[in-house]
Amino acid sequence: MEDLIFHHTTNRRASGDRSLAIVGVVASGNLEVLAERVLPDNHCQVEIRTAAEGFREVWTAVIDDFVERYAPGGLKLSINDGGARPDTVMLRLAQAVSVMEEQQ
Amino acid sequence: MNWQRHREEHLARIKAGSALAKGKIVEARDATRLLEAVVRPGDRVCLEGDNQKQADLLSSALLAVDRTKVNNLHMVQSGVVLPSHLDLFDNGIAKRLDYAYSGPQSARIAKMLFGGKIELGAVHTYLELFARYFIDLTPNVALIAAVSADRDGNLYTGPNTEDTPTVVEATAFKDGVVIAQVNEIVDRIPRVDIPGDRIDFVVEADKPFFVEPLFTRDPGAITETQILTAMMAIKGIYAPYGVKRLNHGIGFSTAAIELLLPTFADKLGLKGKIASHFALNPHPALIPAIESGWVQQIHSFGSEVGMDDYIRARPDVYFTGADGSLRSNRAFSQVAGLYACDMFIGSTLQIDLDGNSSTITTQRIAGFGGAPNMGSDPRGRRHPSEPWLQAGKEADPDGPAPLRRGRKLVVQIGETFGEKNVPLFVEKLDALALAEKLKLDLAPVMIYGDDVTHIVTEEGIANLLLCRDGREREQAIRGVAGYTDVGRARDKKMVQHLRERGVIRRPEDLGIDLLDVDRNLLAARSIKDLVRWSGGLYSPPSKFRNW
Repeated sequence: MEDLIFHHTTNRRASGDRSLAIVGVVASGNLEVLAERVLPDNHCQVEIRTAAEGFREVWTAVIDDFVERYAPGGLKLSINDGGARPDTVMLRLAQAVSVMEEQQ
Repeated sequence: MNWQRHREEHLARIKAGSALAKGKIVEARDATRLLEAVVRPGDRVCLEGDNQKQADLLSSALLAVDRTKVNNLHMVQSGVVLPSHLDLFDNGIAKRLDYAYSGPQSARIAKMLFGGKIELGAVHTYLELFARYFIDLTPNVALIAAVSADRDGNLYTGPNTEDTPTVVEATAFKDGVVIAQVNEIVDRIPRVDIPGDRIDFVVEADKPFFVEPLFTRDPGAITETQILTAMMAIKGIYAPYGVKRLNHGIGFSTAAIELLLPTFADKLGLKGKIASHFALNPHPALIPAIESGWVQQIHSFGSEVGMDDYIRARPDVYFTGADGSLRSNRAFSQVAGLYACDMFIGSTLQIDLDGNSSTITTQRIAGFGGAPNMGSDPRGRRHPSEPWLQAGKEADPDGPAPLRRGRKLVVQIGETFGEKNVPLFVEKLDALALAEKLKLDLAPVMIYGDDVTHIVTEEGIANLLLCRDGREREQAIRGVAGYTDVGRARDKKMVQHLRERGVIRRPEDLGIDLLDVDRNLLAARSIKDLVRWSGGLYSPPSKFRNW
């Protein structure tokens, strides 16, 4: 197992008012994302617990792109990864932000 | 001067074999003795191993011959599929090999080639090998497989006719000997696929010949990323070019496309405008599109296990004989895919920075099969069609229209990371390392970069027709290579510029939202759904029955 943490500043708050969301499943080649609205509006934190070690560079690139594309300000995202490929990671993160945007 | 040596030799062989036959019929237990009687050392032998159908009894019988009588054979066969095909080389019965496809034996054949056990002529495409049967690789003996025969040797091949007519044509009309194994000998066969005067001996097998189910893809195993790439292909390639006549590869990405036709593509109003005429095996994944009225006709290379009753019930769509069952023909269908289709779309294992692709790794040699013919621009094509003209225009916008060649759309589709997180994009193909190791004149490239027109991944579509030089081409490829090393080494500014010009198109440029990607878009989400769509006519092989 490897644990990775990324901190980013964002230029806006993730929209919506949901405080919590879970998407995906922990399975081989898949992952689970827990999104919590617990941080300052211009801050985003992504915590990753992954079964596949040695992919820090790829994770860095994926999370950089994700933050740039979706501006998830105020969200703490915790990933429980079962060796998902980068495209699946991006899809699940996008889904998590989308669920957080829903009105309660 | 004797101008009839081959005929005399043929008659001598038939005479030797006839000692074991009643008319043309030889008992299965005498098959090896028959082969010892008619096969001579150094003969060119076509042991029918097709993509699917295998002359397995004759293969085993050949393996059992006395090596002092039969040896140094030159095998000329399209498929090296059964273990016994390679045992012939281990046992010294065969020496030289010219072939096209070796999927199921890819690891062992690589080892034997490295170990010098096999003297390799060449790895061909199906059409090339068939062509050489008529020029410089004409078989002295052909060992073929059919469903049934009558006492005159007329053969019924059933739905898997595949390569048989081509093999028999080349052998029988050049004084070669043709021996058929059949599942049964009957008084009257359902239809004549091969006329009996081309068949010298018939052997009744104790069990039906082996057929490999190669084209069944379980919709349950299709990933969301494959659905996304399929959506992009439909909206970004099928729709704008109006592709009606096409060939699909056998991977999951194209299965996803087949399953999105009656749903996603239907909502886009594309029915009747795309995907109506196919050169294609009877893919079960196409059943929902057929049932929804999308498909007008399909010509097939071979058949598929479990599809027989469905095909029989849909003769408006498939080519069928007077008996009602499918008539496939690999040579004709390959020609159809080459000349009469405007698009090939399929997956691969490795793509380099020029767009060359290969399915070879240094441990596995799967051969070429038909993909290089399907996936290439036929320079001899002369008839126009909208997609072909449009692609030609994109490649050469300033050329004079009446003199401008059209282009076949050759599309590579895949996920940036394949199974076990192996990257699809590489700086250098493994095929080059293999060519060095085996001292081959040519690296085994499946599809050459200059034939490829589009590459589709979950990150986007690269339209290589619009690239004006090698550097643009390289960046267009890097620009859809995702988070692979190749993708991360992109020139971001140039990729952005290519996107502004429409060379690269992202899902959002096509109006596709990642969040719309959902397995519920698939018209069938399991094999059982396919059975339901077929009204119970599709009968999947047992390994796909998981309910």
